Amino acid sequence: MNQRPMTARQLGLCACHTCGLLSKWERGHVDLTCPRCRSHLHLRKPDSIARTWAFLIASYLLFLPANLLPIMHTNSLFGAQSDTIMSGIVYLWVSGSWHLALVVFIASILVPSAKLLALTFLAVSVQKRSQWDPIQRTNMYRIVELVGRWSMLDIFVVSVLVALVQLQSLATIRAGHGAVAFGAVVVLTMFAAMEFDPRLIWDPQDDAS
Amino acid sequence: MTKQTADANIDHLPEARVERKRGRTVPAVWLIPIIAALVGGWLVVKGILEKGPTITVTFKNAEALEAGKTKITYKNVDVGEVKSIKLSPDREGIVVTAELVKDAASYLVADTRFWVVRPRIAGGQVSGLGTLFSGAYIGMDIGKSATEQREFVGLEVAPIVTADVPGRHFVLHAETSGALQIGSPVYFRQEAVGTVVAHELNKDGRGVTFNVFINAPYDRYVTSDARFWNSSGIDVSLDAGGIKVDTQSIAAILIGGIAFESLQGSTNQAPASEDQEFFLANTRAEAMKRQDVMSRPFVLHFAKSLRGLSVGAPVEFRGIVVGEVKSLNVEIDDSFTSIRFPVYVDIYPRRLLNLVRGEGPTMAMDEASLRTRWNGMVAKGLRGQLQAGNLLTGQLYIGVDFFPDVPAAHIDWANTPPDFPTISGGFEEFEGTLSSIVKKIDSMPLNDIAADVRHNLKALNRTLDSADRFIRGMDQVSPTAKSALDEARKTLKLAERTLSTDSPVQYELQETLRELGKTAQSLRLLTDYLERHPESVIRGKKDGDR
Repeated sequence: MNQRPMTARQLGLCACHTCGLLSKWERGHVDLTCPRCRSHLHLRKPDSIARTWAFLIASYLLFLPANLLPIMHTNSLFGAQSDTIMSGIVYLWVSGSWHLALVVFIASILVPSAKLLALTFLAVSVQKRSQWDPIQRTNMYRIVELVGRWSMLDIFVVSVLVALVQLQSLATIRAGHGAVAFGAVVVLTMFAAMEFDPRLIWDPQDDAS
Repeated sequence: MTKQTADANIDHLPEARVERKRGRTVPAVWLIPIIAALVGGWLVVKGILEKGPTITVTFKNAEALEAGKTKITYKNVDVGEVKSIKLSPDREGIVVTAELVKDAASYLVADTRFWVVRPRIAGGQVSGLGTLFSGAYIGMDIGKSATEQREFVGLEVAPIVTADVPGRHFVLHAETSGALQIGSPVYFRQEAVGTVVAHELNKDGRGVTFNVFINAPYDRYVTSDARFWNSSGIDVSLDAGGIKVDTQSIAAILIGGIAFESLQGSTNQAPASEDQEFFLANTRAEAMKRQDVMSRPFVLHFAKSLRGLSVGAPVEFRGIVVGEVKSLNVEIDDSFTSIRFPVYVDIYPRRLLNLVRGEGPTMAMDEASLRTRWNGMVAKGLRGQLQAGNLLTGQLYIGVDFFPDVPAAHIDWANTPPDFPTISGGFEEFEGTLSSIVKKIDSMPLNDIAADVRHNLKALNRTLDSADRFIRGMDQVSPTAKSALDEARKTLKLAERTLSTDSPVQYELQETLRELGKTAQSLRLLTDYLERHPESVIRGKKDGDR
């Protein structure tokens, strides 16, 4: 017996997602159900790559309006204003709060775009059955999944402001279309990360051995 | 755990159930990117569709304007935003590029106006206070033109009247602008019904032209014969009724104002047409007096001095003012022999011709028929004449009247202004008579008369002297006469006393007469008794007999 650990797949075994029962699995069969709780059994998440791609493409499509449309309309005694994410960052930077500008830039632009790129890279590498440094790629996946919800920072700020600042003629803040798109991008990337099956990173290694 | 036990455990694992294979379908997950594409596409399309027209507005300076902040508002609704501010190519102003909302495209016509709203105090009104907090914004007034336009020249001050306010504009011509300024109110029966929108010096420098806006529905009170006057200040008049102070309002005193009224008693009450031109009089009295916009210049040449004739003196036809003296002049010919005094007048033909019976103000007033009329009247003897208005002050006026016996003359239409024939007379005639009287007096033999008079006086003196002496002689005679008279008076008095009813003489006389009466009675009684008793003469009286 070699030192390589065996995977359930290599042993022809499959665990139920619902009740955890481990059952034998024969090659050739695709549609299997758990003998105990009748749940569908999957060796890997079904259509993982395709779903990931679907969510990724949707994210990309909404990424542009998220950044180009204003996310916040401010109406106050001192005038009305519409801000996109970038214009907010620029405003913060210009007015001297460069550290805040940096935080917003990282949370709102850098992280979502990095997340998109990382997921794309993972999806491409898995699809091409690349064997390049699976540990590295798994770490990448972990970070993507961990960091996902934190880029909702902007949406969080906007939603709190919209709820709090409704002083009629004095000041009013409304969420813009950009906020919807941006929220959608964050949620879609989270879904994409969720649908991605990290076990696929390792499968080419097993098959190769 | 050994491999053996693991294998044994695996062997004990249950077999997964096999289900029938279902036909593969396109996973529902692909709906998500399609929806995302639709949403994203919709957002982009909406963004593009909502992108309104871009305009450029030129202003003098960019004070208080800020790219990306300053709004363009129409009726306080934001319809656009300034995107950039640049110097104009000629460096004389700034060019503001602004993006408007999509609906605004139809507002961008040739007479749409833009101005910067800043806090402003003018014409008794404070405006734009809100901009103290919100910062300046660009106001917009949508025009009515049909021509689309994207490049505008901004106004420096907010327009008083915006296109959406119903009402009409009228043009007023005045000699001076007085205290009037943009924003000054226009009063009708002391009610503010409009405002002065613009005023400017006439191109030729003579007078000022005002543009006033009368709000609907008051614009219909501006009839075609309306009279406008400057109601700035206080009009104090003193007449038999006492002191009368007339003003429109305190505001009018401070910031000026225009009042108008239609001519009293006028039958022409049709509303004036848009942009009709009126004369702006200085006072109400002048406005009401001045009836004729249409005037005809004439020149009248006189040979005599014009002393007493002033600019503004009336031209009268038998007491009815038909014109006004505009200017006086002197013409001396090269040889210094003849001196003429041309008097330039304005005659209101409508007034003069209205005097002709049966012809109302509706009659034709075209140039040709007017000339025919003038010529006809001059042929009948119509002449201008200098006449004395006031003998005390020596004021003159020009009278026009028909003089049937004057030599024929005609109006010289070739001259500008036309030369109106004149005759001497009136005051000149009066002067002539006066001088002929003086001459006659002058030619009298006054010295001879004086000598004669003196001679006569001497004779008279002598007569008087003798009379005096005679009177003095009489004085010496008089004392004797006086005493005689005194005596006579005494005698008369005495006689009077004697004859008066209560005098003793009279009394005694009466007594005597009474006694005499009684005696006569007694005598009669005696005789009666004797008749009846004749025996008594012998026997005496018997007792008991009567």
